[in-house]
Amino acid sequence: MDPKALGYLAAGIGAGLTVIGAGVGIGRLAAAAMEASGRQPEVAGQVRTSMIIAAALIEGATFFALAICIVLATK
Amino acid sequence: MSVLPTFVAHATLEPTADSASVFADTLRVGAEQGVAHPGTDTFGELLHHVQDAHELETPFGILELPHFAPIRLAGLTLDMSVTKHVVFVWLAAVILCLVAAIVARRNARTLVPKGFGNLFELFVVFMRDDVVLPNMGPAGLRYFPYILTTFFFILVMNLLGILPWGASATGNVSVTAGLAIIAFVMIQTSAIRAQGLGHYLAHLTGGAPVWLWPIMVPIEILGLFTKPFALCMRLFANMLGGHIVLVSLIGLIFLFKSYIIAIAPALMVIGINFLELFVAFLQAYIFVVLTSLFMGIGIQAGDSSHGHAQTNGETNHA
Repeated sequence: MDPKALGYLAAGIGAGLTVIGAGVGIGRLAAAAMEASGRQPEVAGQVRTSMIIAAALIEGATFFALAICIVLATK
Repeated sequence: MSVLPTFVAHATLEPTADSASVFADTLRVGAEQGVAHPGTDTFGELLHHVQDAHELETPFGILELPHFAPIRLAGLTLDMSVTKHVVFVWLAAVILCLVAAIVARRNARTLVPKGFGNLFELFVVFMRDDVVLPNMGPAGLRYFPYILTTFFFILVMNLLGILPWGASATGNVSVTAGLAIIAFVMIQTSAIRAQGLGHYLAHLTGGAPVWLWPIMVPIEILGLFTKPFALCMRLFANMLGGHIVLVSLIGLIFLFKSYIIAIAPALMVIGINFLELFVAFLQAYIFVVLTSLFMGIGIQAGDSSHGHAQTNGETNHA
């Protein structure tokens, strides 16, 4: 197979896997946050803030992987 | 987004030789053959409209920006030419200075501000009560002006990207790297100021026994750099990602070459634009929340002798 084609293939598969990971991670995070604010609605604001921070950290790791995919697709 | 007017201007839906239809042709060729056309870079073409450029798209045509000869400095070649994103960084700074000065003067006259002044005060109070105080404590109020400036600067740069003919400078990795370097300096200086240099260096060992230092010290030093690096990449990738989604959706119109099909991508683009509006606020907020969180770790470690447990978790924040 052409090395360039392999590069595109790797970028596509990599981007897909990355999004699966991020989706599962942020989904679990959101589920836990919903449950927590359902149990204790009075701390819902604090739970939301820490949820957004944690989601941003997951997202950061996701973007590292996506940046590698973009490099693979443009090389 | 910035690409929209360009495409509308060229939207003849017929093959012509200009740059927009070259992009469309590249996409079509890519779709027909299932692979990228040899000799053309599909993804590169797609990225072209969100990248930095030496020209400015205005309602009155394309404005060429001045080129300066590269400066050679100690083996480095520095191209100091003014580019599109540089113009938008300056524009954001000017807008922010004007708006902040006008609002501050107007708000100083009344106890209860009205209208836009009230909105501005809402943001300022939110930043103080929900970002700086919970993360940094009262000692962090010294750094409140930095946090506030960063927030509004990033917000204005993000929002400029949503305007027609606009470009978001935060979609350029150099701009976000600059912001991250400032954040890095602020995080380290606030930590050194609060803890003292000796205590700060002691924290780099992570409280581990001496024989673990060869492992701990490099990891802790790496941890210092990963935090601003993550800040830089997060803001850059979020803003660029939104632009690429918009370009791809508009590209669908040129792929199908049909007015009927064009309705669906147009509706999708409107939806994504609202999402981008939300992301513009969210990313500015995330940047300052994480910066104040990282600064708070250093500041509060200086407040009490029990700060070591907190700093052990520091490297996990990347």
